[in-house]
Amino acid sequence: MSDGDLGTPFRQRAGSAMKDAFLQEALTIATTKFIGLRREAFEGFPEGEALRDRARAIKEATLQRLDHHLETLVGNVERLGGQVHYAATSEEARSIVVDIARRTGARMAVKSKSMATEEIHLNEALERAGITPVETDLGEYIIQLAHERPSHIITPAIHKTKGQVADLFRRELKRPVEADPEVLTRIARGELREKFLQADLGITGANFAVADTGTVVLVTNEGNGRMVTSLPRVHVAVMGIEKVVPSFTDLMVFLAILAKSATGQKLSVYTSLVRGPRRAGELEGPEEFHLVLLDNGRIAQLGGPLREALYCLRCGACLNVCPVYRQIGGHAYGYTYPGPIGILLTAMLEGPRSVKDLAHASSLCGACADACPVRIDIPRMLIELRREVDDKKIAPWRERVVFKLLALVLARPGLYRLAARAGRLLQRPFAREGTIRGLPFFLDEWTRTRDLPVVARRTFQERWASEKGFTR
Amino acid sequence: MTGRRRASLMVTCLGDLFFPEVGVSIVRVLQRLGVAVDVPPGQTCCGLPLFNSGYHTEAAAVAGRTVSLFADSDHVVVPSGSCAWMLKHEYPGLLSDAGLGRPAEQVAARTYEFSQFLVSVLGVTEFTSAVPGRVTYHDSCHLLRGLHESRSPRTLLENLRGTELVDLPGADECCGFGGSFAVRLPEVSSQILAKKLANVEATGAGCLVACDAGCLLQMGGGLRRRNSRVRALHLAELLDGVPR
Repeated sequence: MSDGDLGTPFRQRAGSAMKDAFLQEALTIATTKFIGLRREAFEGFPEGEALRDRARAIKEATLQRLDHHLETLVGNVERLGGQVHYAATSEEARSIVVDIARRTGARMAVKSKSMATEEIHLNEALERAGITPVETDLGEYIIQLAHERPSHIITPAIHKTKGQVADLFRRELKRPVEADPEVLTRIARGELREKFLQADLGITGANFAVADTGTVVLVTNEGNGRMVTSLPRVHVAVMGIEKVVPSFTDLMVFLAILAKSATGQKLSVYTSLVRGPRRAGELEGPEEFHLVLLDNGRIAQLGGPLREALYCLRCGACLNVCPVYRQIGGHAYGYTYPGPIGILLTAMLEGPRSVKDLAHASSLCGACADACPVRIDIPRMLIELRREVDDKKIAPWRERVVFKLLALVLARPGLYRLAARAGRLLQRPFAREGTIRGLPFFLDEWTRTRDLPVVARRTFQERWASEKGFTR
Repeated sequence: MTGRRRASLMVTCLGDLFFPEVGVSIVRVLQRLGVAVDVPPGQTCCGLPLFNSGYHTEAAAVAGRTVSLFADSDHVVVPSGSCAWMLKHEYPGLLSDAGLGRPAEQVAARTYEFSQFLVSVLGVTEFTSAVPGRVTYHDSCHLLRGLHESRSPRTLLENLRGTELVDLPGADECCGFGGSFAVRLPEVSSQILAKKLANVEATGAGCLVACDAGCLLQMGGGLRRRNSRVRALHLAELLDGVPR
């Protein structure tokens, strides 16, 4: 499923996802595993809570002076011989990367996992320009073979079972394949080795960029990031402007909590620090290094209601714990970033109209805010989005009428009592032994799967008014 | 005890309309403990459904009324964690524009979810069960992650004479209610519920306890639809047993 399915209403997309038995199996196994691993990682790490507070404070302070930190970063990257580009939109970012590829005569680009390049739909743009993008993260490699999009921020192929991956490899690579993760990894590794050596261009995202040293930081587990940044002649890193951190001391705080939140690892297997292109006397590294700073709606939110969403480290913890994500997976959301944080990022990138339904794709249970390493108050911002959707009359008029009527009733006890009496009268045809199993109109959305208790013969307040105390 | 404790019950809309017996149990439990209970007349709802759906002006009007109803209360006792959270965490900000921020804060500071009131204010943890047997406990999201309360209800259940408390796997996971979420995305809501109820039934408990009318509406409704032998009850209904 891809962005192309946005023609189908969200509720239907979610419904189809819940009917996909493979997806359901894959989601349950993966999210349950990640929840446990994250919990264990923090249980064995008493400093964790204080570090989360500190990480949040660093994000807050950094965004307050974002222009300053970006200037420092740009100055240092350039001093090291790198080139910095600013992209206001996805389109600008795409053409910057395509131009670099063309100018350097690149035919093939190897990529390490990057949500920023997913966000700008870079692969399609490269293909149109005659440059072959090759995803080298195993999960990304799988979904590229399948012509799909990531369904999770850190485990892009979370929606696939190992059996499905084996089938895919068999079909695409035209050879027999065993449904064993180790075998599958070995096959991908073999396929990719050649590509690393052939590629002219290496494209990455950036988990962080340290302003005062000009270092781009990549957090990976498979080692592909190292190959992508050291083998090809040219390295382009695409990074959201909010990823800048002032210093290495700050970086350490984030590294201490990022992998624990994401996969439950103490640290990821590789933490790669990239400082500009190869310098005289160095044995490896690219001849050219480019850093693309991507705005794409971020600056506009610096002072906006979604500001906190810019603290996001892209760890995916909020997806794993979200009861909605756990039922429907990432594709049903319909945009690049799924899950609770994804709804906020979608609103930021695509505007409030895009989240008319998604803003309600949450029970506001708060598990996301609880799991977030920088404690982003996601439920609170979802409520703000709902408010915007109502205020701008993007919400359907029927819904707005229902809520205005409800407000009228709840602000007037006389009307409230009348409504209770009306409810008792109207429920009569549907009530059996104190319970209701079917109701007409939209009320059936409840009763199709759940009983509804009847409005009590006498409400509590009616009983209190007549009895003034209760004895047993 | 110096002087008699006084508490006002905020029964909540769901408590008033669908679960009056919960309010009755709360009143009896508190009165048995010597608390003078009053129920300020003209109560409707805390406004959380309006607030959560983004209708904040409308929610503020409801909140303003609620604050004036409880302005003179020593303690406000609320049977649902979500409504208590609304009063404590959202009222002050919601009402600050109307110049009611201070009275809202005063009411917020005196507001307690039922189990918290028993354990933290009254310091009482010993009760006799009205529903003997094996029970299990579901953490309501707002009580757990909003008010950071997981201990008080468990303390009360662990000490409850006549019951055995068994752990519910995934007790801290949402039941899928979420107010209007339950009818906006009923299929998702119901699948979350189905997984919750499977966990509940696997405990072998005869009774599922929660401290939120919303969760009880959802989980109770699901259990009845499955013709389950498990009953969903509010904590107060269990604590309302008469000591022998």
